[in-house]
Amino acid sequence: MGKRVGMEVSIAAAEAVKQANVDVISAYPITPQTHVVEHLSELVANGEMDAEFFCVESEHSALSVCVGSEATGARSFTCTSSQGLALMSEITYIASGLRLPIVMVISNRTLSAPLSIWNDHSDVMSIRDCGWIQLFTENGQEVYDHIFIAYRLAEDREVLLPVIVNMDGFILSHVIEPIELIEQEKIDRFLPPYQPLHRLHPDRPVTMGAFALPSIFAEAKKAQEVVLRSSLSQILQTWKAFGDMTGRYYKPVETYRTEDAETLLITMGSFGETASVAVDRMREEGRPVGLVKLRLWRPFPFDEFKKATLSANQLVVIDRAVSVGGPGGPVASEVKAALYGEEQRPRVYNFVAGISGRDVTPQDYVKMVDKAEIEIEEGNREGYEIYGVRE
Amino acid sequence: MTKPESEWTWKELTVGNVVLEPGNASQYRTGDWKTLKPVLNRELCIHCGLCYIFCPDMAYSLNAEGYFISDLYYCKGCGICAKECPTGAITMVVEEEK
Repeated sequence: MGKRVGMEVSIAAAEAVKQANVDVISAYPITPQTHVVEHLSELVANGEMDAEFFCVESEHSALSVCVGSEATGARSFTCTSSQGLALMSEITYIASGLRLPIVMVISNRTLSAPLSIWNDHSDVMSIRDCGWIQLFTENGQEVYDHIFIAYRLAEDREVLLPVIVNMDGFILSHVIEPIELIEQEKIDRFLPPYQPLHRLHPDRPVTMGAFALPSIFAEAKKAQEVVLRSSLSQILQTWKAFGDMTGRYYKPVETYRTEDAETLLITMGSFGETASVAVDRMREEGRPVGLVKLRLWRPFPFDEFKKATLSANQLVVIDRAVSVGGPGGPVASEVKAALYGEEQRPRVYNFVAGISGRDVTPQDYVKMVDKAEIEIEEGNREGYEIYGVRE
Repeated sequence: MTKPESEWTWKELTVGNVVLEPGNASQYRTGDWKTLKPVLNRELCIHCGLCYIFCPDMAYSLNAEGYFISDLYYCKGCGICAKECPTGAITMVVEEEK
């Protein structure tokens, strides 16, 4: 068993980057990502971590540096939030298209306007289709653990894709939690040095990022789509190997008290822990309510999701981003798409809640379940609203 | 790969579409982009090689007689050689239909 210490989650993430023997860190400061990269810069400056720390002039450059360093075979890391992610969005598509196994932590924060530093998922949803493996974490331990998982997975020869680890800004990034640190020898066994398949080296010249004519572009995209979809089996294997090492087994879709549940709450990220408290309260009252938490956002775990939800009568999907002018929140859209082909499918009620860091308490989940159950009972097959808005 | 790009399947592409063969841009015919082609007046040529130095596509090479000649397979017809030639030995003329 590793040492269990009280630690700010951002610091734990930085310590994991150190333990993962990252070679290159490139980042530009933005709230609420700052504590992660500040701590990394201290570790490098103090000689506690053998890495290059690039202070760049923008997030566009931060990820561009990672693309270059990863292309030479250096394990690379960056971290950002909100506007910073928006600025680097152009490069996110390049990193995945070039199959460079960069790992990025996003300390999720609202996109302006109105200007807000607080948490929601509007930043990462803006790059939903960027081709990275995208994971959501629920607590500090999961953030720490997923740095190692992300690198091992990204660098797997069958995968070779960049990975985003999402942690909710402030709600996770700035809180002190008990973190069980993993011994370095275990990490070194779990995560051996990166062996690139192709890299930029003068002894064996290759071209990365070449032009593709319309006659070959569709084939290139198909290859990328197939590898992202099929990475699910490596994701499962990596989680299994990590579980065997630490006893903490992760799944693409986590379930909590779903047995015989008629109503299921669907959450992603740090919503999960609060929602589980709400589920406990409702279960105490004898209400058949359970919770399904999405850990894996891309590739979307369609089969696992259906398995976890098809027996329920209704799903109450809680989104943390608005798809303005769209059919509801982004998670609800995906959930509906996942269920569309099923003859017997639960009804889907969608709330967007907690945007720009507004607190969502256990009582709020109870209210959302109440509302959805009443609406559905009254014959409204599905519904969508931004929760708690003053009229 | 020897077969034309338009026949490759998605399964045949390298990881990340990395080009493993160095210098294969030489197989790419850029010469059919042009409307004007350079024509050298050998009587004015002083063999200075400025056309060779300035050509952005490295289309020029030295022939056995000591003249720099543009390879029309690559020449895009930009006219930089004609502009830079100190004796006016190169003129750009409309390329005829092939």
